[in-house]
Amino acid sequence: MTTLAPEPLTAASNPPTQPLESNLLPTDVRRISATAHVPPPTRQLTEVAKLIDVSKCIGCKACQSACIQWNDTHPAVEENVGIYENPHDLTPDMFTLMRFAEWENPETNELEWLIRKDGCMHCEDPGCLKSCPAPGAIVQYTNGVVDFISDNCIGCGYCVKGCPFDVPRIHKTAHVSKKCTLCSDRIAVGQGPACAKACPTQCITFGPKEEMKALAAERVEDLKERGYDNAGLYDPQGVGGTHVMYVLHHADKPSIYSGLPDDPRISPLVEAWKGPAKKLGLMAAGAAFLGSALHGIFAKPNEVSEHEEEEAEELYEDIVHEAPEAAEASGEAAR
Amino acid sequence: MTEKRVDSAPGDEIESEAPLRVFRYRGFTRANHWLTAGCMIVLLLSGAAFFHPSLFWLTGLFGGGQTTRWLHPLVGVLLFFSFMGLFLQMWRLNLPRREDVEWSLKIGDVLKGNEENLPELGKYNAGQKGVFWGMSGLIMVLIVSGVMIWEEYFPNLVSIPVRRAAVVVHALAALGSLFIFIAHVYAAIWTRGTISAMTRGTVTGGWAFRHHRKWFKELARRKRDEPSEGAAEANGAAVKPR
Amino acid sequence: MTNAWTDIKNTDLVIVMGGNAAEAHPCGFKWVTEAKHHNGAKLIVVDPRFTRTASVADVYAPVRPGSDIAWLMGVIRYCLKNDKVQWDYVKAYTNATYLIREDFGWSEGLFTGYDEEKRDFDRSSWEYQMDDQGQPLTDPTLTHPRCVWNLLKEHVEVYTPEFVSNLTGTPIDRYLQICGMIGETSAKDKVMTSLYALGWTQHSKGAQNIRGMAMLQLILGNIGLPGGGVNALRGHANIQGLTDIGLLSHMMPGYMNLPTEREPELADWLKARENKPMFPGQTSFWRNTDKFMVSFLKSLWGEKAQAENDWGYGWLPKLDVPYYDILRVFDMMDRGEVNLYICQGFNPLLSFPNRAKLTSALSKLKLLVSIDPLQTETVNFWQDHGIYNDVDPTKIMTEVIELPSTCFAEDDGATVNSGRWLQWHWQAATPPGSAKHDTWIMAQLFLRVKKLYEEEGGANPEPIMSLSWDYHEPENPHPEELAKEMNGRALADLPDPNDPTKAIRKAGELLDNFGQLRADGSTMSGCWIYAGSWTEAGNMMARRDNHDEGGVGTYLGWTFAWPANRRILYNRASCDLQGKPWDPKRKLLEWNGARWEGFDVPDISPTAKPEEVMPFIMNPEGTARLFSRKLLRDGPFPTHMEPWESPIQNPFNKEMRGNPVGRIFPQDLAQLGTSEEFPFVGTSYRLTEHFHYWTKHSKTNAVLQPEFFVEISVELAELRGIRKGGRVRIWNKRGEIWAKAVVTKRIKPLLCDGKEVHVVGVPLHWGFMGAARKGFGPNSLTVFAGDANIDTPESKVFLVNIEPASGDLIA
Repeated sequence: MTTLAPEPLTAASNPPTQPLESNLLPTDVRRISATAHVPPPTRQLTEVAKLIDVSKCIGCKACQSACIQWNDTHPAVEENVGIYENPHDLTPDMFTLMRFAEWENPETNELEWLIRKDGCMHCEDPGCLKSCPAPGAIVQYTNGVVDFISDNCIGCGYCVKGCPFDVPRIHKTAHVSKKCTLCSDRIAVGQGPACAKACPTQCITFGPKEEMKALAAERVEDLKERGYDNAGLYDPQGVGGTHVMYVLHHADKPSIYSGLPDDPRISPLVEAWKGPAKKLGLMAAGAAFLGSALHGIFAKPNEVSEHEEEEAEELYEDIVHEAPEAAEASGEAAR
Repeated sequence: MTEKRVDSAPGDEIESEAPLRVFRYRGFTRANHWLTAGCMIVLLLSGAAFFHPSLFWLTGLFGGGQTTRWLHPLVGVLLFFSFMGLFLQMWRLNLPRREDVEWSLKIGDVLKGNEENLPELGKYNAGQKGVFWGMSGLIMVLIVSGVMIWEEYFPNLVSIPVRRAAVVVHALAALGSLFIFIAHVYAAIWTRGTISAMTRGTVTGGWAFRHHRKWFKELARRKRDEPSEGAAEANGAAVKPR
Repeated sequence: MTNAWTDIKNTDLVIVMGGNAAEAHPCGFKWVTEAKHHNGAKLIVVDPRFTRTASVADVYAPVRPGSDIAWLMGVIRYCLKNDKVQWDYVKAYTNATYLIREDFGWSEGLFTGYDEEKRDFDRSSWEYQMDDQGQPLTDPTLTHPRCVWNLLKEHVEVYTPEFVSNLTGTPIDRYLQICGMIGETSAKDKVMTSLYALGWTQHSKGAQNIRGMAMLQLILGNIGLPGGGVNALRGHANIQGLTDIGLLSHMMPGYMNLPTEREPELADWLKARENKPMFPGQTSFWRNTDKFMVSFLKSLWGEKAQAENDWGYGWLPKLDVPYYDILRVFDMMDRGEVNLYICQGFNPLLSFPNRAKLTSALSKLKLLVSIDPLQTETVNFWQDHGIYNDVDPTKIMTEVIELPSTCFAEDDGATVNSGRWLQWHWQAATPPGSAKHDTWIMAQLFLRVKKLYEEEGGANPEPIMSLSWDYHEPENPHPEELAKEMNGRALADLPDPNDPTKAIRKAGELLDNFGQLRADGSTMSGCWIYAGSWTEAGNMMARRDNHDEGGVGTYLGWTFAWPANRRILYNRASCDLQGKPWDPKRKLLEWNGARWEGFDVPDISPTAKPEEVMPFIMNPEGTARLFSRKLLRDGPFPTHMEPWESPIQNPFNKEMRGNPVGRIFPQDLAQLGTSEEFPFVGTSYRLTEHFHYWTKHSKTNAVLQPEFFVEISVELAELRGIRKGGRVRIWNKRGEIWAKAVVTKRIKPLLCDGKEVHVVGVPLHWGFMGAARKGFGPNSLTVFAGDANIDTPESKVFLVNIEPASGDLIA
């Protein structure tokens, strides 16, 4: 008999040596894409988070390597285009990417090489989930993990538009959307994400979100002591907070970190499209049908009467037997 | 000498005299129309599936979400070209005329079916023209915004913010086209005797007299002016097989 | 490493210079981030490039490749001028007070005794003034003009901040800022650690670079302390093991030198290694060399080694030159003097300098045998790969044999990390295809050669016929057997010195430590420093107790560290003369009145009285040498020398090129370029995404860094019309390569001697085999000359020219 796996508390724990039942159950889902009525979860899992301390990141790409290996993806061997990012962007086969920005601090005139691990932020209010039209293709568990269920995905790319962070990528041949799952399959058996496990400098840590926030506070304090007055935690409230958070030396300027959004939120266009537009559209379409039906019922059919058929024949006869000149004259008159 | 066409399209003519039948749409035009209509129906149904989760089940009509996802834009392109065919055939007669104003002002009479109060019209009334131009405009919008959000072939054609706008525009335009579609279909049903124009190509003389008298008159005059065949027509025989 | 990876967490200040720890040692670098996080440590990075290590540094300073000695001497000058000296430490634990001979001196970049003809120094004046007993004269007041301290003061006087800045390109304000930070650690409760790697070794004066830092750390009192030390970050997972067991051409296991032709008898060899203590009561540990040597000879020849035959000493090879280092061997090969080359776990075609010469040399072999798990470039050197390996196979007559071997995860065994930990690992995967363990391959070679000798006879049969080979499966020795052999065992009962009726170890038992070794043939040990790694109590290397007693990161129950499970070398120096820790918060050891107690194994005898026995027991003085006497060939103090190929002249001596005692072969001298022809300074390095030339065979690594590139500054790109991501050609007299250009703000032109010096960064990792795109390595351009003491090639500095390359390359 197998036992239920524990909830993951850290990425440093070793894998189980005995088979464990998944601890991420269908009943732990709190949001499902394109599904209005999700049965209330039977329990509340501990909210988890991955904390990426940019000030400890050495850009080694071990996280990318671990991600490729664990998820068994096959990114292409590309070419060098004069940058350190390889692959050059997130791809359907590369769920996380080290982004490198050379930034000259205008206050100190010092060069700073800002290296940020990019990938899904696992928003509390996920734009991808909101915009997804396929029921069950995107789910959010009560621990905060936003997961893509490829079996239900139709590859439409709406999530790409919904995401405030430009994360999902559509697989060219499988035609499904791909992104970081926060290693939901590892979390399910009490393990932390592969990237956090592989990170050599503990730049990436994983655990209950509250603990991660406390750790972040400790790091922010250290950074402030080192002269980074604007150090802070990136847990953007515009999307309700995220389950992947950053410690930034310059939390007042997230965008210097290779375009991390300063104030991410689900685009009002997406909100409008998926909110009022949906309902109004449906209502308007319904009204149009209804209006037609009512008109059909209450207005008399627009019918050609026998009399009109006769009139037509008379008119026709008149015209055919009219002299062309007169016809021309009548033609003129008609105009 | 035959009168120049002003209110009719090439091919429109009085087909027979007893009973009086008027030829309104050629076979090519009818096929073109139905192809367009078929595309439109597929697009509206598949689009509706993506538009609202409660309609996602409609993907079942096409073999599931994945199929619907690739089918919809392809049919959209087909519709675009098909509609272009209709457009080229019809745009001239859909240009606004003076009588359209009067017709529009008397919309109450239109809805009540009191056509005796309306002015004499050419091949299309202002409502039909509205359908035509509305669809033309919306299809343009739909194809442009549709390509922008066509993930499979144009994933990075425009920026994500533009794509977000494009999906909204696409959805609104689709809604607009749905209204026009409903109006168009309903009008065709409500106005009895109309559908045969697109099925068999002909309408009765009475229908032409009632709804598009100016068009009818022009065709009658053209009939009169056809020199050689006058006698044959007088005998009521079909002039040409259609 | 004097200390250990885990020990870095104790530090207050990390200086990474001559290395790129975050990129080349990312896993070990976790201890730097740990020190920063939990110990408030600061990180200084000094590098020609703003590296990924620099990206997490508190302070970064650029430096011109090859100018490190001047940089370090300037810091020492700063400390001396500003009283940033741990005086108690310096006076007691270094040779600062010792008087040096009157005839020693330095001028125009040269120490006394230079012979231009021989390219060598007569080092006789580089010595202490001694009394009749051979005891050095000292001046504890440090006032005598000939004491080491005053000579050092004099020696570093020229390295003013202005001079250093002008020579190294480090901006003067940044330099002084760093000097200030380093100086702070002279306080007894502050400590700095130095992390370096091949950025310091791969120079014509590599040993002197490291000495410069060692001297600075002594002056600051940072050696032997937790969080201190001079820490070499070894370049391979087991390169520490390679040097430990003597795989260098002039070494035997346990850092014993191979005999030379001038030492025909064991007595001759031992005579030079008496290492009598210079002061009464001092410990001079190398005095025990006879025990190590005889035990080693017993491990080689077993019963055949007897006192009568000098323990088989005569069967050891004797060197006729200082070393058969790789440069010498390939030079000989190129001159047609080598027939057979067995290349085991090595890829010289990309690792050694001047690839054109290497290809030429390999082409002159009769037979090349490669023992490697990978399809190396070396074994395919004869294949035509277009510009990537432009050879004509029809002209190469070398026969090539490949013996596929296994990777580290495919066998049991121990690797030795930079912190000298012997960590046992277990086989995780089955070797693929026909791959065999290296031990099996070596056993087959040996047994078959021996059989040939038996059947046909031949020259020098004794070493082969006498070799002890008592393995359970002679054709396949097991790692456990080899490990136990290296540890050593008693060959007879070893009587207890305190009670001769008892035996501390019975015949056949494994030894507990090298203290049990005997020079009378009653013990054997294949590598004396490994004694204690596999005892009667079991495999100490397989221990995995991560309990950190005392919280100083020594982890004594985790694997085994040589020597004697000691985690910090010279740890006696962590305490003052009375045996109290310099910093009570950083206690490692303490004298409790009767013995040394604490969280590490003391360097000196556990009962050696603190005021008697000094910490640096590997020197006969017992103290550390600020003045290295005759130990290094190129000077008892480090003095600035320009690289063989340099953009500027040596400010001390315009005539001097490179290291005045560095060896260079005539053909290679002719291939040196000048800065007129080749105005830019090339430097080579590794990237995190790859490990040497191995990981390009792995698709994942190839994805992360797919294609060869060079890094240049925005200014150089503008100067030469090079665009980001564009293709460039880089060349000098030795070769040419093509690469993609990474144009970066992280490299800036340096102002040296009034000249703008541009650095061209040339990473290694690419070749013409494997999963990554075909490319080149820096060794097509590097200088075929090495360090004056150990002949490590000068791969970190070479002059090049660069231009945009048009069109695509034809593979």
